[in-house]
Parts: sequence; structure tokens; C-alpha cells
Amino acid sequence: MGWIKDTFHKAGSPRWFFAGSRPWMVGLYVVGGLLILAGSTWGLGFVPPERYQGDSFRILFIHAPAAHLAEAIYVAVAIAGLVFLVWRMKMANLLIVAAAPVGLVVTVLALATGIIWGIPTWGKGWVWDARTVSTLLLAFLFFGLIALRQAVPRPERAARAVALLAVVGVINIPVIKYSVEWFTTLHQPPSIEIGKKPAIAAVFLWPLALNVLGYYCFVAGVVIAALRARIVERDAGTEWVREWMTPS
Amino acid sequence: MRLFLTQLRRDLLIAVRSRSDAANPVVFFLLATLVLGLGTGSELGPGAIWVLALFANVLAVEGVFGRDHEEGTLEQLIVHARPLFPAVLGKLAAHWTLSGLPIAILSPLGALMLQGSTAGASILVVTLLIGTPTLTLLGAIGAALTIATGRSGLLVAILVMPFYVPVLIFGASASAAATTGDPTSFALLVLGALLAASVTAAPFAIGKALAISQEH
Repeated sequence: MGWIKDTFHKAGSPRWFFAGSRPWMVGLYVVGGLLILAGSTWGLGFVPPERYQGDSFRILFIHAPAAHLAEAIYVAVAIAGLVFLVWRMKMANLLIVAAAPVGLVVTVLALATGIIWGIPTWGKGWVWDARTVSTLLLAFLFFGLIALRQAVPRPERAARAVALLAVVGVINIPVIKYSVEWFTTLHQPPSIEIGKKPAIAAVFLWPLALNVLGYYCFVAGVVIAALRARIVERDAGTEWVREWMTPS
Repeated sequence: MRLFLTQLRRDLLIAVRSRSDAANPVVFFLLATLVLGLGTGSELGPGAIWVLALFANVLAVEGVFGRDHEEGTLEQLIVHARPLFPAVLGKLAAHWTLSGLPIAILSPLGALMLQGSTAGASILVVTLLIGTPTLTLLGAIGAALTIATGRSGLLVAILVMPFYVPVLIFGASASAAATTGDPTSFALLVLGALLAASVTAAPFAIGKALAISQEH
């Protein structure tokens, strides 16, 4: 059991993370990039057109992974917020700093692709559908995390306030998840549920799965890169950063 | 309970003795009704009243801790009140008595001005009576988080309005259904559930946020 505690303590050390994370970052970039390349080429170029929507449905392979990932990033941020509030782990705070802007970008990507997809299929880009609205709200939550951190003058106090806001904001995630079933309007109900046979044809499922996995890996790489930048920024002026900066 | 009542009495007394401050939320609500009516000119549903009540709430709640923070009484409260949540609830109850309650009572007047009749106004009042305390509780979390930033009106609005949305949806849908005579009990029950959940959970988040704001 000793190694678990040991890893936990090490994971809390920015310096240890920085020393060991470079191969992970590069690996996730490469794997994620290849998966996205494969999934998108397959989905956009080789999958047969859908019966009702024709070719316009192909944006699904970009839209669905982004929408899914946006929620996942928020949950990760909220868990990091809880960890920071309870154990005051420095890395948890840095993770929120690094992941919040990434989450905002992914949420905006999901919204933008949703609007583009809505114009040919629904006939209008924006509908007051529960899931559309709650995704937009998710974007505002990410924005709020970033804005609050910049508004609170002391970094330590800002970190705790942002962590608390992230934890409180997590109540929005179930609203997003179940709003589709609560008041369905135009947006289709989820096609893939754990434990059920997917309501989506297998030809479409495989490239979609590749892209979801690829998005996860690639964004994890981006977050690690952002984390590394924040660690260097935070520890600027310390001995180990100076050593790392000087070419040997 | 004593902490709750003491805090409630103190805040109401302060509000009564500084008269114009206490009237601001209601005056804002009426003025906003006027501006909206003039600007749109058409007949609006009770949803418009709900939006105005929400704006009045978010503007009012922003300053709920401001004066106490400047005086230092907030710090004393956090140090001395054990447990903290009855005092927080007392403070918010006093705040709501001067913002949410009068707006709910005056809302039929707003409905008369904007929709031209008072059809379904009793349900509108009920939804506001159940819904606005939830808004105040959720808004106070944002207000407590931003104490340290000084002037922060827009920031509080940005932080808390996403959380207001479920309350707005059910409040507006119940009062819209009431104007046409449709059943409203489901939405009213959900509003009640949201209130019960926020009364139990929000004071702890507010207490935590207040504690963070007073750290040195």
C-alpha cells in the first residue's frame, strides 16, 4: 500500500510532475492526432451517407466528441476543485487553471458545430432546446471560472474561490445530462447509452468511437502542456527551473 | 434559531433606518417594467415579469455582504457565529424580505402593465414567493465569492445567472400555464424542491465562500 501513498504525494508535487510528464504529453499528442486523423478521414470520406440527412450528418464526427468532452472536462475541473478544497493540493489548482480555457474552447466548438449542423437539418441554427441551452450555460460556467480568478486579487484566495465555484457548478452537469430526457424538443435523445444496444448503425459507431478517443487523448495532451507552462511560471526563479532553462 | 432571529432583526433594523437603500430593489423592478413596456410596446407574458424579478434579484444580491464586509462585522460574524448557517440564513431572509417579497407582492401590477390583464396573477405571485428565495440563496454564493474583488456587479451576474436558469424555466412556465388555465402543480412542486434543496445546501457553500474571503 505504501506505493499508493507515495504516488499520491509525488503527484502533488509540481516539480515531479514536470520532470515526468514530457513523454506523456508527446505520446498523447501523437496518439490523439493519429486517432482523430483516422476517425475523421473514415467518417468524412468513407462512411455511406445517412438515409435522411445525407452528407450533412458527417459533422456528427466533430460535434458529438466535442460536446461529450466539454462535459467531461467540467467534471474533471470540479473534481480537482474538491481535491483542492479538501487537501489543498497545489497540482489540483494548477489543473483548474490549465483546463478551464481548454474547456471553454471545446464547449464553443461543440456549440459552433451544433449551429452549423442545425441550419441544414433543423432549418435554423439556434433552437431553445434544453441541451443546446445547457451547453451554452456550460460555456458561461467555464468563462465564470476564468473571470473570477482574474478578479480576485490574491492568488491563493482566488484559487480557493474558483475551486468552490467549480464544485458548486457541477450541479449543472446532471441538468445537461438529463435535460434531454426531461423536456425533449428538437435535439435527438442520446443514441449511445452504457448497457444498451446503441441506436446508431455500426458503420457510424466505429469512426465516432475513434474520434471520441482521439479527442480525449489530444485534449489531455493540451492540458498537460498547459500545466507544464503553469508550473514553470509558478516556480520561475527557483533553482530547478533555472537548471532546466540552461542548456547543458 | 436565536442566531437566525438576531441576525434577521439586526439586518431589518439597519435596512429600515437607511430607507432609500431598502426600497431600491422594488423601485428598480417597477422602473424596469416601465422601460420594458415602453421599449417593446407589445403585450408580454408573465415570463417578462419573471425576467425582471430575476434581474432585480441579481442586482440586489450583489451587495448583500458588502457593507458588513467594509465595517468588519462580517469578519466578526464568521469568527463568532457557531454554527454559521443560521446567521447566514437570517441575513438572507432579511435581504429577501426587502427584495423578493415586495416584488412578488407587486408583480400583479407588473402583469397589469405588461400583459394588460391580471389573469393567472395569483399563480405568478406564488411562483415568485417560492422562486425568489432560491435566487437569493444561489446569488449569495456568487456575492460571497466576489467580496474580495470590491466592485463586482457584472461579475456576480455572470457567475450566478447560469444557476438561476432552472428556477426561471419552472417559474415562468408555471405562470404562463396559469394565464391559460393549464395545470401548474408540477412546476410549482419543482420550484418547491429547488427551494428546499438550496435552503439546505447553499448556506454551507456561502459559509465556505465567506471564510475564503476573510482569509489572510
